[in-house]
Amino acid sequence: MSRKFFSGPFILILPSILAIGFVIIIPLIFSFYTSFTSYKLTRPDSLFNFVGLRNYERLIDNTKFWYAFGRTILFLAVVLNLELLFGLGIALLINKITWGQRTLRTIMMFPMMFSPILVGFQWKYIFNDNIGLLNNFLYLFGYESAIPWLIDKYLAMGSIMVAEIWANTSIFAILLLAGLLGIPRDPIEAARVDGCNSWQVFKNITLPFLMPFIFIALTIRSLDVGRAYDIVHIMTGGGPAMRTELIWTMIARIGYKDANMGFANAMSYVSIILSIAFTYYFFTKLVAARRDLGQQ
Amino acid sequence: MAEVKLKNITKKYGDVTAVQNMSLDIPHNEFLVLVGPSGCGKSTTLRMIAGLEEISGGEIYIGDQVVNEKDPKDRNISMVFQNYALYPHMTVEENLGFSLKIAKEDKEEIETRVKEAVQILGLEELRKRKPSQLSGGQRQRVAMGRAIVRRPDAFLFDEPLSNLDAKLRTQMRTEIKKLHQKLKTTVIYVTHDQVEAMTLADRIVIMKDGVIEQIGTPLELFEKPATKFVATFIGSPSMNMIEAKITNISGELYMETNDGISVLIPKHKKNSLAEGQKIFFGFRAEDIVPLKFGQKPKNSWSMTSKVNLAEPLGTETLIFTNLGNTEVVSRMFTPELVNSNDDLEFALNLDRTYLFDGDTGLAI
Ligand SMILES: Nc1ncnc2c1ncn2[C@@H]1O[C@H](COP(=O)(O)OP(=O)(O)OP(=O)(O)O)[C@@H](O)[C@H]1O
Ligand SMILES: [Mg+2]
Repeated sequence: MSRKFFSGPFILILPSILAIGFVIIIPLIFSFYTSFTSYKLTRPDSLFNFVGLRNYERLIDNTKFWYAFGRTILFLAVVLNLELLFGLGIALLINKITWGQRTLRTIMMFPMMFSPILVGFQWKYIFNDNIGLLNNFLYLFGYESAIPWLIDKYLAMGSIMVAEIWANTSIFAILLLAGLLGIPRDPIEAARVDGCNSWQVFKNITLPFLMPFIFIALTIRSLDVGRAYDIVHIMTGGGPAMRTELIWTMIARIGYKDANMGFANAMSYVSIILSIAFTYYFFTKLVAARRDLGQQ
Repeated sequence: MAEVKLKNITKKYGDVTAVQNMSLDIPHNEFLVLVGPSGCGKSTTLRMIAGLEEISGGEIYIGDQVVNEKDPKDRNISMVFQNYALYPHMTVEENLGFSLKIAKEDKEEIETRVKEAVQILGLEELRKRKPSQLSGGQRQRVAMGRAIVRRPDAFLFDEPLSNLDAKLRTQMRTEIKKLHQKLKTTVIYVTHDQVEAMTLADRIVIMKDGVIEQIGTPLELFEKPATKFVATFIGSPSMNMIEAKITNISGELYMETNDGISVLIPKHKKNSLAEGQKIFFGFRAEDIVPLKFGQKPKNSWSMTSKVNLAEPLGTETLIFTNLGNTEVVSRMFTPELVNSNDDLEFALNLDRTYLFDGDTGLAI
């Protein structure tokens, strides 16, 4: 038994096991433990102040958290749907074009080449009610009262969504384009001969073939959007009056600004459930879509 | 229910001409087979008729309408693709009923017609299965069923049997023939298998390099091939073909092979030949037979030659031997044992020889 344990293969994978241990498992256990303490960053000794489920109980009663939770779901729903819609449109257009497709594909990727922080700054500037490009542009067309894009309680959320969508639609586009390029030509031709117009071909053939790709893109992006922090932090800082507070901006605020790490970690664990739920849902759909196509 | 007409159609892919100046009249209810070697433009022709490929020149008529600019969906044509092209996410019955659903037929009508197709093709057990759960032959039948539920003006088949095993292929061939007799529709059928072409076709079109070599009934093509290409393409085993030159020996025309063997030219061919002309000299396997086991034809030429190889096939035996340096094959229908290396006397029936021009390949 012990001989086998220290055999060649084990020694060979030992470095990766250690790396995974240090990078993932230990922090995971540590943070999970802290969520049961009243750990404050400013008072290291509080790390050993075990409070049981108190942090989680506080969480359940905390309406601000649940607002942030709900807002995150809304943010996810709007952003994912619009990105899917725009991404699909772009992919279909580029797929149709035969000349200059490669150049277009590269141009399409531009937004992904910028740091989200810089994208945030850029859009913050565009949406600035005073000196921003957008309001000045509207002014040219005679719209004189400045619109408070990032200050109005409803507009602020929308503005952040616009920035997020601008920066990441190309992920959808590129994945769906890959899907489109992989669709066999035969069923589409068969459908055309069977009497389908372009829309019917799209609905009955192209879309079912694209479904697996759509769900892969949705999974990736749901994880991405679910942890949205940087762009919100830069553009509104969660304001006005917390109207754009998402789960992770709230966790960061409580964990670092209020230094209340134990509580923040408890929140993180609850929010992870959200990500797991989305991932699980989309993966189930992905498997179903693939089975539907006879791909196992 | 319509005739299909091609008028000088041409298809170019950049510099490549896939089909050139092709004209064809296919009357209503005809079973027309397009046959030719790989890459000769059969699929391209079919796809142009279906509307899946743009036409570079010429006109296509279905009924009395030019359909050049029409979408496939407006041509009322069914097509069976070489690799079936079933919809993988639909069950067999959904595949069958899809075109009717698109045409907004009512549910009962769809059900009746799908049921009918399912019965004709013996797919009852498989109705609820997806294509990935079917064997090649079953998929092929679904593809066929999908074409027949539509009651189209014309059927287009692109090598529908090429992926099946020999037995299933023969079986499906008969099914297709029966189907055509039952449905009474124009059929344009592509294959590169000449046996399939001979057995199915009312008329055969032989193509080569994008042009039509010859159009005719199977027997016409077999008996009166217009070119050397057609002669060797139709019939199995392939027609024996020997290079020769016309010589004049004391007033009589002979063809002389490269290795010095001379054969007298049959009288009826004489007039169209000139001394020194290069020709190909062809004859079918059954027209050169071992004298020992057959009757000597009225007008014949004989040689004694060694058997290279004998292939007994049951009803017939193929004997490979040499005429000069060229290997030729003889077919005899008597069940006699022939051994390799035996010396046999062969008689060639001169009334059934074919001559083709050495340069153009045209029949003389
Ligand atoms: N999309 C294309 N682009 C360029 N050339 C093409 C294209 N499609 C076909 N060709 C050429 O056109 C010619 C005819 O092709 P086609 O598919 O009609 O042959 P085929 O007779 O059906 O052959 P097979 O028996 O192998 O199916 C070929 O030389 C082929 O290389
Ligand atoms: Mg082909």
